[in-house]
Amino acid sequence: MAEAILSATDLVKHYPIRGGVLRRTVGQVKAVDGVSFELYKGETLGIVGESGCGKSTLGRLLMRLEEPTSGSLIFDGVDVYKQRGRAMRKLRRDIQIVFQDPYTSLNPRKTVGDIIGEPFDIHPDVVPKQGRRRKVQELLELVGLSPEHINRYPHQFSGGQRQRIGIARGIALNPKVLICDEPVSALDVSVQAQVVNLMEKLQDELGLSYVFIAHDLSVVRHISDRVGVMYLGKMAEIGDEDEVYSRPTHPYTQALLSAVPVPDPTLRNKREQIVLQGDVPSPANPPSGCRFHTRCFKAQEKCKVDVPELILRPDGAGEHFSACHFAAPREIIETIDVSGAATPAGGWAAAEQV
Amino acid sequence: MTTTESSSVAATRGEARRQATADSVYKPKDGLLLEVDDLFVEFHTDDGVAKAINGVSFDLYQGETLAILGESGSGKSVTAQAVMGILDMPPARITGGQVRYCGQDLLTMPDEQRRKTRGPEISMVFQDALSSLNPVFPVGWQIAEMFRQHRGMNKSDAFERAIKLMQRVQIPAAKERVKAYPHQFSGGMRQRIMIAMAIALDPAVLIADEPTTALDVTVQAQIMGLLQELQEERQMGLILITHDLGVVADVADKIAVMYAGRIVERADVYDLYRQPAHPYTKGLLESIPRLDLKGQNLAAIGGLPPNLMRIPPGCAFNPRCRYAQPLCTQDRPELREVLPSREAACHFSEEVLNG
Ligand SMILES: Nc1ncnc2c1ncn2[C@@H]1O[C@H](COP(=O)(O)OP(=O)(O)OP(=O)(O)O)[C@@H](O)[C@H]1O
Ligand SMILES: Nc1ncnc2c1ncn2[C@@H]1O[C@H](COP(=O)(O)OP(=O)(O)OP(=O)(O)O)[C@@H](O)[C@H]1O
Ligand code: SF4
Ligand code: SF4
Ligand SMILES: [Mg+2]
Ligand SMILES: [Mg+2]
Repeated sequence: MAEAILSATDLVKHYPIRGGVLRRTVGQVKAVDGVSFELYKGETLGIVGESGCGKSTLGRLLMRLEEPTSGSLIFDGVDVYKQRGRAMRKLRRDIQIVFQDPYTSLNPRKTVGDIIGEPFDIHPDVVPKQGRRRKVQELLELVGLSPEHINRYPHQFSGGQRQRIGIARGIALNPKVLICDEPVSALDVSVQAQVVNLMEKLQDELGLSYVFIAHDLSVVRHISDRVGVMYLGKMAEIGDEDEVYSRPTHPYTQALLSAVPVPDPTLRNKREQIVLQGDVPSPANPPSGCRFHTRCFKAQEKCKVDVPELILRPDGAGEHFSACHFAAPREIIETIDVSGAATPAGGWAAAEQV
Repeated sequence: MTTTESSSVAATRGEARRQATADSVYKPKDGLLLEVDDLFVEFHTDDGVAKAINGVSFDLYQGETLAILGESGSGKSVTAQAVMGILDMPPARITGGQVRYCGQDLLTMPDEQRRKTRGPEISMVFQDALSSLNPVFPVGWQIAEMFRQHRGMNKSDAFERAIKLMQRVQIPAAKERVKAYPHQFSGGMRQRIMIAMAIALDPAVLIADEPTTALDVTVQAQIMGLLQELQEERQMGLILITHDLGVVADVADKIAVMYAGRIVERADVYDLYRQPAHPYTKGLLESIPRLDLKGQNLAAIGGLPPNLMRIPPGCAFNPRCRYAQPLCTQDRPELREVLPSREAACHFSEEVLNG
């Protein structure tokens, strides 16, 4: 089995809800509520789930941009939440993040050179001062931007180019793990493909491990080796890309997959659709037992009482992790393997440069 | 939905439609509802003139779903706003073309007459549901107001209709929630309420501008299903604006692909996906990851959409096109028939069609 570079155990993050004139805590938003998983060296772990299920919060916990309410995180044998001072700073070099929104995550008053070079201010030992400009230009080139653009400001770039700047900053310190929070969600499809291809290329060249957070299940399948499906702060199912997409055993995963439109009109009305009733409950007051029971088409009495554990459960061909009492494989999408197929007639590779 | 529910709604609907058409001056000829003919729109800004729409034409028939597809900034919403007559002028200026509804040009119609078409004849669901509901009035009241103003109903009848309509778009406990405010509903419910308002007066044409873009897939599926049901029930002409090729494949009859303010390809949905005739359409189809494909190569379209203040001469797509020839930087290709009932604006569509 592959070696884990990051392993999370029972991560919890609750945010207090304050109310009344005294601003006393009147409740907790259970944004992340007991999440465990491992990230292996050189792989991409996709994290999917509906808005508000805790994906970004999880991303921030993995970066220790926030302190967890409880739980532990081991990076390369080191207990992340126990590190202080210099040891923590060193760790920060190794785990970096690319944010969701290319329009707001870059400081508009700084040049691209300053933005990408910023991590070197915090970690001056990585690149000596006089080598910085060169290093930034190298990074620009690596992400397919022109090194001459080093003095430009973010507003002078398009969305896709800004996302490349965000990626350049993310990889500036040669991290081992890159957390990508919806890195392509704000982009048009034609530009999205450029950024996805770039990320795959960088992973090959630099041996990075990615946690790739997104709500687009098609993009996640494309880029991920393994996939975790979150619902209301918990992991519902996690496994290899093929296990989760071809043999999902959790009703929520099945419903999600069935709802994704496939860009092929000949499949119209031929694909099974599981339409979920109702809306996602509030994470301040999650349902008892299985959190999905209020919308689950398979729910039984037991589901309202007993919390289903995320454990290995049979999926027809083998077994993978699923948190459902009545886990059972169900084919939702018919997977076609095109990995051997010829690439579309040439010419596009050159077009990758912006 | 149960059959009794649907037939009762259908009954009220039929009655409303009869009422509307009895005194309506608008009668579609051979089912043709809307003709947009060589439309041009510019924006005059401090930085210069942005040529947002540069000769857009399309037709819409009863019961038909036309999808307008294109990247951000290609002019989809501006086209819709011009049809609805809600463009901000200035900065916008319509510099050419006609928008005919049942044969009558909306653009030259007196304001008062035009205003009356909005709602009962042509109606729209906006891109951003959050900001288009009025936050200070209860949702039910906002729907009821439409019946009071356009149909002259009394208060209690109007509320009654509002509740029915909220139930029709599957708002749970509609009766109890008719007095609730927009912020008390989830994003998906607000979007359904917007749809309820848009269909309240039983329009002949419904324009839905990215009705599901901000929503999760499970909610998106609910809403697209609902829109389709309503459309079939009412034989509405539906214009669906989106950049999601998956949604289009699921619901559209015809597709118009926009690039830099022009329609570059027009086709039946099956033809377009099977065999695109324009390099841009082809590039788009090759660049989307598909849920059902494993080990797929994403062929990105290089470069960026043009700045509308400096659209390249010749074909606007030429800096990004892998089929481009010297001719493409000189002559602008017009939309032309490249196969029976297939149109594309490309000098070399025949090559594109052949692979
Ligand atoms: N700082 C905070 N204080 C209070 N609640 C918060 C805070 N940050 C997030 N939350 C809540 O925690 C829950 C999870 O939020 P999170 O941003 O992690 O979701 P997400 O899965 O990333 O959603 P999206 O897909 O919309 O980005 C939400 O209910 C959110 O409102
Ligand atoms: N009020 C305005 N002032 C100046 N330019 C405008 C205005 N409204 C729209 N535009 C410009 O017109 C062009 C077309 O905009 P439009 O909103 O139609 O794009 P769209 O295709 O709907 O894109 P999206 O997918 O992002 O919604 C854009 O370049 C936009 O910047
Ligand atoms: S445990 Fe019960 S409610 Fe939860 S997903 Fe499984 S069947 Fe549904
Ligand atoms: S006209 Fe030329 S540049 Fe334009 S799409 Fe066709 S081949 Fe490409
Ligand atoms: Mg998020
Ligand atoms: Mg728009």
